[in-house]
Parts: sequence; C-alpha cells; structure tokens
Amino acid sequence: MTVLDAKIPDGPIESKWDDHRFAMRLVSPANKRKFSVIVVGTGLAGASAAATMGELGYQVKAFTFHDSARRAHSIAAQGGINAAKNYHGDGDSIYRLFYDTVKGGDFRSREANVYRLAQVSNNIIDQCVAQGVPFAREYGGLLDNRSFGGAQVSRTFYARGQTGQQLLLGAYQALAAQVKKRTVELHTKTELLDIVVVDGRAVGIVTRNLHTGEIRSHAADAVVLATGGYSNVYFLSTNAMACNTSAIWRAHRKGAMFANPSFTQIHPTAIPTSDEFQSKLTLMSESLRNDGRIWVPKDLDEQRAVADIPEEDRDYFLERRYPAFGNLAPRDISSRAAKERVDAGYGVGPMKNGVYLDFSEAIGRLGRDVIAEKYGNLFEMYERITGENPYDVPMRIYPAPHYTMGGLWVDYELQTTIPGLFAIGEANFSDHGANRLGASALMQGLADGYFVLPATIGNYLAPMLGKPKVDTTAPEFAEAERAVQEQNDRFLRNNGTKSVDHYHRELGRIVWDHCGMERTREGLEKALSEIPTLRAEFEANVRVPGSADTLNSSLEKAGRVADFFELAELMCRDALVREESCGAHFRAEYQTEDGEALRNDADYAHVSAWEWSGDSANPTEHREQLEYESVQFATRSYK
Amino acid sequence: MNLTLRVWRQAGPTAPGRFETYEANGVSEDSSFLEMLDGVNEELVAAGEEPIEFMHDCREGICGTCGMMINGQAHGPQALTTACQLHMRTFSDGDEIVVEPWRAAGFPIVKDLVVDRAAFDRIIEAGGYVSVETGSAQDANLIPVPKESADLAMDAAACIGCGACVAACPNGAAQLFTSAKLMHLNSLPQGQPERSERTVAMVEVMEEHFGSCTNYGECEAACPKGISIDFIAAMNRDHRRALVRNRRSA
Ligand SMILES: Cc1cc2nc3c(=O)[nH]c(=O)nc-3n(C[C@H](O)[C@H](O)[C@H](O)COP(=O)(O)OP(=O)(O)OC[C@H]3O[C@@H](n4cnc5c(N)ncnc54)[C@H](O)[C@@H]3O)c2cc1C
Ligand code: FES
Repeated sequence: MTVLDAKIPDGPIESKWDDHRFAMRLVSPANKRKFSVIVVGTGLAGASAAATMGELGYQVKAFTFHDSARRAHSIAAQGGINAAKNYHGDGDSIYRLFYDTVKGGDFRSREANVYRLAQVSNNIIDQCVAQGVPFAREYGGLLDNRSFGGAQVSRTFYARGQTGQQLLLGAYQALAAQVKKRTVELHTKTELLDIVVVDGRAVGIVTRNLHTGEIRSHAADAVVLATGGYSNVYFLSTNAMACNTSAIWRAHRKGAMFANPSFTQIHPTAIPTSDEFQSKLTLMSESLRNDGRIWVPKDLDEQRAVADIPEEDRDYFLERRYPAFGNLAPRDISSRAAKERVDAGYGVGPMKNGVYLDFSEAIGRLGRDVIAEKYGNLFEMYERITGENPYDVPMRIYPAPHYTMGGLWVDYELQTTIPGLFAIGEANFSDHGANRLGASALMQGLADGYFVLPATIGNYLAPMLGKPKVDTTAPEFAEAERAVQEQNDRFLRNNGTKSVDHYHRELGRIVWDHCGMERTREGLEKALSEIPTLRAEFEANVRVPGSADTLNSSLEKAGRVADFFELAELMCRDALVREESCGAHFRAEYQTEDGEALRNDADYAHVSAWEWSGDSANPTEHREQLEYESVQFATRSYK
Repeated sequence: MNLTLRVWRQAGPTAPGRFETYEANGVSEDSSFLEMLDGVNEELVAAGEEPIEFMHDCREGICGTCGMMINGQAHGPQALTTACQLHMRTFSDGDEIVVEPWRAAGFPIVKDLVVDRAAFDRIIEAGGYVSVETGSAQDANLIPVPKESADLAMDAAACIGCGACVAACPNGAAQLFTSAKLMHLNSLPQGQPERSERTVAMVEVMEEHFGSCTNYGECEAACPKGISIDFIAAMNRDHRRALVRNRRSA
C-alpha cells in the first residue's frame, strides 16, 4: 500500500520554507536548459509557472484549450487577492493570514503549506505591481484594500471588480514575453487527453488539437497540471463553461490520488436561477457583502413591496446569528444560513429562491457615487441579467457551486503521487481545507505558480541530470493515443438520441441534490445508485454528431462529461465516509443544536486521498493525518 | 417568444459558407443570446445534425471569448454588452435575427461562427508587457502611482480582447486593441523604461496583421468595455515620438 508522505520539513513553522529552499537540490542555470517541462493550463497558476520556469531557463511547453492564454476561468475572479502586507496598520500579519486561512478551512488543511502561502502572499503583490497590474489606489498613490469574508482586517487587493482579469493579464503578458524569447512554446486550442507514465514516472501527455482534431504526443522531464477546478460537475455553477475535471481525472486514473473530492464550495452570492434553460450561474462578488446587508422578510406571507417592508419586519439573519462577523461570515456558513431561510419558506423573488442583498443603507451613508465607484460594474452586470436596478431594488442572491477545495493530492513540493507529475492552483487540494476564504484562490494560484513550484521542481529534476530520457517513441505514448482515439470513435459511432448537455444537466441535478450544500447518508447512497444508472444510459444513448477531424464541441464535451460521471461517484463516496461536518461539508446527521457544523477531530482530522482501482465503484481510501503544531484545534466561531 | 434565425454555417477554414435558416421557438425573455443558441443546438443534435459552433466561455462578459455579428452589429444591438450578456428581452417576438462570424482579414474563420484571433497574441508578444523577473520586485508601495494614472491605466486595461473593434471596422484595423494595451502600460511608472521600444514593436506587428485606421470610429461604438478612441490618438503621438527618439539614437 502506498504510504502518503507529505514531506513536510522539520523545524519551526516560520522557517520551514526558507530551510527547505536551502536544503533542496538545485539545477544550475546552465543545466536548466537540458530539462523540459510541460505545463498544462495557462490560467493564473499555469501562466505564472510557465513564465517563471521559462525565465529560469527550463524548456517549457505550455498548453491550453482556450484560444489564447489571455483567457482562462481565472479571468472571471472579481473581488480580489489577499496578502499580509498590513499596509493599513490594522493588525494584520503573516501569522494572522495563516491563522485565518486554517480556521476558515475548518482545520482540515495542512498547516505548513498554509503558512508558506501566507509568507509568499506579499511577494505576489510586489511582483504584480512591478508588472503593471493596475490595482486600486488611494489618493496618496498607495495601494488600497478592502475586507473579505472570514477576516476582520483589510487585506484584499483589488482592481475594480476585475482583479482576476488584471492578474491573469499580468501573468499572460509575462508568458508572452517568454514566448517571444522562445523559452516557452505555447500550444493554444490544444487539450490534454491523457497523461503518459513510464516506469512509474510522468513523462508526457497526449493532446488533441481542437481545431484540426490532430492527436499528438509530447514528452518532457516533468509534467505540471494547472487545469483548474471541477465545480461544473454540478452543471450549473459560477465557473466558465469549459471548466472540467478531465486533466486531473485522467491523471487520477493513471495513479495520482485524488484528495477530499467532496470538499466543494457553494458561494453565497450568486444570482438565483430564473428558468430551466439556464446554462450557468453568475456570481456577484463577495466584496458586495462589505456594504450590502442580507435579509429576508420575517413574515412568511409578506406581500408588501420591498421598499415598504419596515426595518422591524426584516430578518437580517446573518447579523442575527453571527453578530461578530455579520454579513462577512465565511462562505459555507453564509450559504447554509441562506438555504435554511429559503427552505423554511422565507425565500424572495418570483420563484421564492433567493434572499435580499440590500445596499440602501450603504447608499444612504456613503452616497450613490461611492457605491458606484466600488461596485458599478457588478451592479450593471446584475441589471443586464435580471432586468432590475440594484440601486433601487435590493439584489436577489442564492448560493451556487463555485470552487473546489478538493483536487489532486500533492506533497509539500506540490508533487502528486506520480513522481514527475505536479499539480498547482485549483487543480490541487493543498491549502484551503474544507472551506476556502474569499480572495485566497488567486493568492494560492500565483503562490504556486510564481514562487513555490519553480523552486520545488528543481528538487525532482536535479538527480535526473545526465540520465537517459524517455521520448514519444515509447510504446506507452502510442497506447495512450490509441485509447484516446477509440474513445472518440465510440462516441461518434453511438447513434443515440440525446445530447451530451442533457446528461450533464441530469448528472448535475443528482450531485446538487445529494452532494451539495447539505449531505445525508440516505441521500448519498441514493446518488450512488442513481449515478451509475444514468452513466450507463449516457454511454448507450448519447448522440455526438460530426467528426473527429474538425472543431467539434459536442465531442469535446462528451469526453469531459464521461469523466464527471466517475468523479461524481467519488465525491459521493468521499462525503459518505466522512461522518462529521466540517467547513463546506455539512452532513445533516452531524450538527449542533443550533444548526452549526459538528466537527469530529478525533476521527476525521485527516485528508482522504483516493486511489483509482480500475473500478469506479471500489476506490481505495488512504489517509494523511493532519498534525497541528502551531495552532490549536478550535471550534470555529464567527458569533 | 418565437424567432427566425439566419446563421452563417461554414464547415471549415476553406469550405464555402452559406446562411441557414432556423426557427427558435418558445425562447424565454430571461435567456441570454447564447442560451437561445444552446436551445437551437439541442434540437439540431436531437435531429442528428451538427450544432452551430460558436465561441464562448465565461458567459459573464469578461473573458472576451464570445463574439459574433448580430444583425450586422458586433455583439448585437445593446451598447457596452457582449453577446453572452445580451438577453432576449432586447428582442421581440417574431424577429428575424442574422448571425455571422467576425469578418476581418486578421481573423480567419475556423468553423461556423468561430474565428482565429491569434494575431492579437502576436501583438502582445511584440512588447505588451513590463520585463520584470519573478522575485526581483521591490515592495509594492515603493512605487506610488497617482490615482488618476492608476484609474486611466485600469480604463485601458479593461479591454477583453474579443475583437469586436476589428470586426466593426470597415478596414479591419486593430488600433483600438493595440492602443488600449499601450495606454495601460505607458501610463504607469512601471511601463516607462520600455515605452518607446514597446510602442514601435507593437505597432509594427499590428500593421503586419491588420488593416489601417482611417478614423471611422466604429471600433469605439462596438467595444463592449467602452474603451476610448482617444487612446488611438495617444498611441499615435507616442509612436511618432518613439520613432524620432530611435532615429536620434541610431
Ligand atoms: C466567478 C468567480 C469569481 C472568483 N473570484 C475570486 C476572487 O475574487 N478571489 C479569489 O481569490 N478567487 C476567486 N475565484 C476563484 C479563482 O478565480 C480560481 O480558483 C482560480 O482563478 C483558478 O485558477 P487556476 O489557474 O487554478 O485555473 P483556471 O484559471 O481555471 O485555468 C485552467 C487552465 O487550464 C486549462 N485546461 C484545463 N483543462 C485542460 C486540458 N485538459 N487540456 C489543456 N488545457 C486545459 C484551461 O485552458 C486554462 O488555461 C473566483 C472564481 C469564480 C468562478
Ligand atoms: S463568453 Fe466570456 S465574454 Fe462572452
């Protein structure tokens, strides 16, 4: 049995990273040229890693299925990025950011990783500003900050409501500079379809060109997956349409363990669904909770227009239940509180499926202009989608699948259980435990990409200097190409009657109902019997028109949805064996009297890492015990 | 509502294209334009036909992936709105809607409504960055930036690279796109050291791939992010100055 070794360095937490950096083997500048690294994904994590490794001298090949590295799901991040700069002297520090992140993650993350994340957060801001990222500034010309959920200090840097866009453009531009210098070879519209493992090591990938259909093999000394999260398993989520699990899932099938798959974050502030044709959910940034107050009417049969409902008849349920954090309670808690009110019948809007996010008090206090300056673009987006003007009528919001804390298991060096295969950004499981705090995903993606991976990958490569290399003539490449081709042919031959989207939507419904905001043994067991049945129907009856030698979006989706089916099963199984509630994983059987999550540190203070056994019904669970040296377990309280 | 669509179908880059007519029935006013197309595609697939290929990803108006001519207008009739954020309540029951890909020499058609915008990347690769090695930066607050400069840089950096400006321009010119990136970087202190070199290199690559600007102003009107045409004038000024400087130092 594989023993999970997280390779956490010894020594005090403050110096682990520095000591480890010193202890790691180095590849000399002249020798870096002799190593090639494949980076799959050019979102924040992948673009920053590829650019930095190219700059260091490695031969980098980067891949994205997008048509340009300027695009990736990362671009949609609105709110901001955290760093422990303490520019406002409000008591922030590396330790506080570290502590807030561990606590926010409900004590299910790896302490040493999180501390390192907090340490490098400051370097990220320096790097991005030097690149010309136009962060918001105060009149004196210095950087401005705002607050995010789960924190009582102002540590979030932002660029209007487009922080992800500006950070991604910064990383994309750094990558473009390396492409020009030919240190990075960039393949756009190219999708990874398999990982190739020879003698237990990752040595390359097989890709399909999405415009021409060409299947090709690429070999390298190491492979990095920066392919993002899998919230689209729910069909409806805040993620971009193309986000999927296939890269990490196929790595999982080749031996990489998948950690905490059921830790999925349901974000409290998305626009509620309006009809059954809806293709995705739109997030309204968490930053809105700085100035917006969340409420529902106190009366079940409230008939008055919103403006006519007096203060005393409004239930500001977050302020009521969590007075210390109020509207800025963490995401898992805020989402569940909204669900509780809507399930109890207090929902607002035509379908009674939302709660109000109300700016009238802030507009009164700060003036319409200040609110417009802070959130103007979000207000416009809301109005475009709903046809309602949030300056006049409160927004309606409801929780939506948003982020996946789970992902490929990685050690302290971000290496998966397949030597030579690394995972960074949302694709790994590393830093957020059972719940991610706002503005921490951008931080983690860039920490991994700019600072951590480029340092740790040398430790893997250094001993390989001068050793024989595997190239694409190895039979494993031909075998992987054949498997990919066969899967495509099978879909195209299948003369079914229903579209891929049809099955994706149905799958999403099952996962949302039973492995969403609230889970029960009964529901999860139901899902585990429904998913394989639906999958069999999908395989027998899906229709994929067209051919494999041109752009064929149905074919692309078919392969991705096939992987979502297997992942969905693993998520439910993971949720089933974790008999406690922690962070975003809320098992209804395990709650306190007042409905808060009831954690069980004695039995579940571990990471569940799942190994593929060849049969999706029988994966093997491994456990990494979480040891806390610097912080003490505590019941999370935001009251 | 019920609509009639006339959609450009083209099997591949060199295949001949043609308009096909589709009926979209029972469309919800709350649907986005792309969700309406999803519905048409669902029916096409059920009938065993190839769905209409179109570009999209975030569906939030930020990634710049989507883009199509809707009734002859880039991204359709609503100002400051990408195709994915255009909602069907903008149309009326019984409307006929013509849908075409971006048409510009710089953006070859891949299939149906999908075009290849790689030339934009070539412009950025020419110099659309600040050269700074990872880890070499000083503390961020040691570079104070006046709020007006930061705001101006942000206005320009808001470009999503969708290509509507090129598609709307009778000359297929990419001045608005290029000037937006130049304005972003050239208006910040961090962008000064490479300012001249950047401007000359990016303009040169732009001219290789795209048509020339004759001040129609269609680009600004079509831009879903409201990028200002003033940036083009600023780019031209910077370009002249950079050429003079280069000549002196040559
Ligand atoms: C609407 C929204 C708002 C958000 N706001 C914030 C925020 O304010 N602050 C914050 O910290 N976080 C935020 N997040 C979360 C954050 O944006 C993401 O977690 C983060 O950007 C993920 O970055 P990434 O680089 O890991 O992956 P991504 O940006 O998803 O990039 C994935 C890359 O992998 C490529 N790829 C994937 N699979 C393949 C394949 N098989 N073959 C080839 N290429 C592949 C894609 O083309 C892409 O380049 C937000 C998320 C959403 C949905
Ligand atoms: S799909 Fe992203 S801007 Fe339209």
